[in-house]
Amino acid sequence: MSLVIGFLRFWYEFIVGDAWEIALGVVVVLAIGATLVRSGTVSPELVPLLVAAGIAVVVGVSLAMELRRSAGAISGRGPWQGR
Amino acid sequence: MGLATGTFLASAVECVEAFTIVLAMGLTRSWRAAVLGTIAALAVLAAVTALAGLALARWISESLLQLVIGTLLLIFGLQWLRKAILRSAGVQPLHQEEMIFAQEQEAARRAGREVRLGLDWFAFVVAFKGVFLEGLEVVFIVITFGLAASKRDPNGMLVAAASAVIAGVVVLIAGIIARRPLSAIPENTLKYVVGLLLSTFGTFWAVEGLGYFAGGTSLEWPGGDWAILGLLSAYVVLSRVAIRALGLRERVEA
Repeated sequence: MSLVIGFLRFWYEFIVGDAWEIALGVVVVLAIGATLVRSGTVSPELVPLLVAAGIAVVVGVSLAMELRRSAGAISGRGPWQGR
Repeated sequence: MGLATGTFLASAVECVEAFTIVLAMGLTRSWRAAVLGTIAALAVLAAVTALAGLALARWISESLLQLVIGTLLLIFGLQWLRKAILRSAGVQPLHQEEMIFAQEQEAARRAGREVRLGLDWFAFVVAFKGVFLEGLEVVFIVITFGLAASKRDPNGMLVAAASAVIAGVVVLIAGIIARRPLSAIPENTLKYVVGLLLSTFGTFWAVEGLGYFAGGTSLEWPGGDWAILGLLSAYVVLSRVAIRALGLRERVEA
């Protein structure tokens, strides 16, 4: 059991790392892109641009979250997340 | 040339990180265990790469491969870019190999001495894990850049793999000569450049791979391959704006 947990933890640390919102955000944006492509509700030429805009939002949200995390660490409310 | 440079730089950053860990274990605990841990990690890495390569080539369609590899690369690239932005803006301290080295050495000194298979087990495991983790990232980078280049150049994969091997050899030689952590390397700048490249190619590929959900044919970017240049420019602008905005905020709060 501990081997399985260790295996899963290894892949979590490798892929997700210390910014889970990046991994989650990328997956969510691509899932929305996949839904748009599959349903055909949006022109295929527009999908790349919408996904790229979504990724930019993910970066912005992650930076904002990191600011809050480091502010929390400075005031003693949370851990320092930097590596 | 761009392919070779991109793969070389990205691989060099990973190799420097792996070298720092192995050096700390070798100097503090046992060179034999650290070197054997490194060799074991490289052997496992070669086996994993060969198996994964076989599986990818045989059972996965091109669009699904683009989606999977592109998504992973995009996640890695954005994390690197995010860190480089935060460090450049002064929100986080610059990543110093000397500091990491000192932390690894301290952890190595505090750890108990457990001997397995005649080896200092702590040094073996830490060196193995460090080299395997960083090496796995190099494998993803080589696959992505190599496959992207293979569309135009049949030797693209070979060039990418050779660039990664050369980066490893250069870092190793530089490390042996210096006999200390390679802190003179402008790691944050390298990480920023590599983060830009990985994010660009990751976005391009992941979006092309979305075609898997519409009949299996890769999706086309407006402007075709020129979109890579557009994406790179957009990431440069986005990151510079973020560094400036965060830097201003830090100065105001200070």
